[in-house]
Amino acid sequence: MSEKTRILIAKPGLDGHDRGAKYIARALRDHGYEVIYTGIRQTPESIVNIAIQEDVQFVGLSLLSGAHNELFPRVVELLRAEGAEDIVVFGGGIIPDYDIPGLKEAGVRAVFPPGTPIAEVVQFIEQCRTGSAQTT
Amino acid sequence: MPHRVSADNLSDLVRGVLAGKNRAIARAITLVESASPLRDELLEQLRECAEPASHRADGGSRVIGITGPPGAGKSTLIGELVAVARMAGEKVAVLAVDPSSPFSGGALLGDRLRMDRHGLDPGVYIRSMASRGRTGGLSPSALETVSVLTAAGFGTIIVESVGVGQSEVGILTLADLVLVVLNPGAGDEIQALKAGVMEIGDIYVVNKADYPEAESMVRTLHAAVRESIHAVIEPRVLRTIATAGTGVEALHREIGERLEALNERGELESRRRRRITTALQEIAGDLFSEWVRAWIERHGLTDPQGGVPFGKLRRELAAALETITVREGCMDEEDAK
Repeated sequence: MSEKTRILIAKPGLDGHDRGAKYIARALRDHGYEVIYTGIRQTPESIVNIAIQEDVQFVGLSLLSGAHNELFPRVVELLRAEGAEDIVVFGGGIIPDYDIPGLKEAGVRAVFPPGTPIAEVVQFIEQCRTGSAQTT
Repeated sequence: MPHRVSADNLSDLVRGVLAGKNRAIARAITLVESASPLRDELLEQLRECAEPASHRADGGSRVIGITGPPGAGKSTLIGELVAVARMAGEKVAVLAVDPSSPFSGGALLGDRLRMDRHGLDPGVYIRSMASRGRTGGLSPSALETVSVLTAAGFGTIIVESVGVGQSEVGILTLADLVLVVLNPGAGDEIQALKAGVMEIGDIYVVNKADYPEAESMVRTLHAAVRESIHAVIEPRVLRTIATAGTGVEALHREIGERLEALNERGELESRRRRRITTALQEIAGDLFSEWVRAWIERHGLTDPQGGVPFGKLRRELAAALETITVREGCMDEEDAK
């Protein structure tokens, strides 16, 4: 890995339940990634600003309040507006199955519900990395 | 914008940095952190193109280094300090270093979450950085990153070291001014008299000054700084409560006055010379480490008897250096002609 993979773990919205976010941040750290954690209650605007300042390749959004259908696509949209559509957005938290197709259509590349083995998240990240390496 | 910087779009990147564009600055720092050959090209172009900045006569930025033990409140204090600096009209960049894992190489960078009130301020750029195996409290690319931030027009650059113990004084190699932030209750006066971190501060900040042990710590520090013989100007001891913003305006004022006083005595200039020397030595050290790594690959770690080839390595390295010196001598002679 010549260029380190940097990942932003962010908590949009108003819920303060950050156990999942901290778990995934720590687990990704243990898999060799540099993880930046935003802390709770971030707006999509500030998440996008942080993602750009930190030059991350991935943004992982964690949300448990039910506002994912508004906030996740908003992050994708704002990244596009900044010309940063190459940053891969994925999500986790309490997301009902029936919302997942809509989120993917809106540009959220993967959704990991509670109980997802960390290996699955790592596999997703590695697939995206090698995929983007082939296209550029 | 493609994620990877190439030789073709490097000049766009340089223009973006000089114009202070966040995405370009961020990309440039990633490049500086990488081992890409474009890194050196970028740094050269920035050096050639950067206009001498107006905020200081010599065209540099004010680089404030902040160090201290984990949990002393460095990040929270920086968040508050940035707020005061913004009110004073300064453009501020923060470089916050956290440790890399010695096992996975990964890192959890959690400093900026204490500064999140500046998340949308276009006059503030915050970058988290992992130490990537460098001891001393910084990261291998910290100084070069500071030069990118200077080129991008930030008049004030705050560098936060990893949480340090007693001997990590790397912050000295990059800061104009060093703040040591301390936690009340962490040790008696013998701790304050020890060498290392407790000698490097221009300003000692006792944060969490509302804790009961704070006053005795302030007294101890006062006594310790009064007798410090290395300091060009006697260090100051200040109290803050970062979570409430208390004492932060006074700290900001003190930083400005100190910098001016150090400048008047020529100390800023000598610090700058010292740190450029250190930085160049570090670059050379990294290159030589790489040379040694390749050497080990060729020769093996131990000889067949199991001995470590200390002498052999030292002799061969000295011979290699000798060749460089001779070649440099020839080049100097040619230059003279």
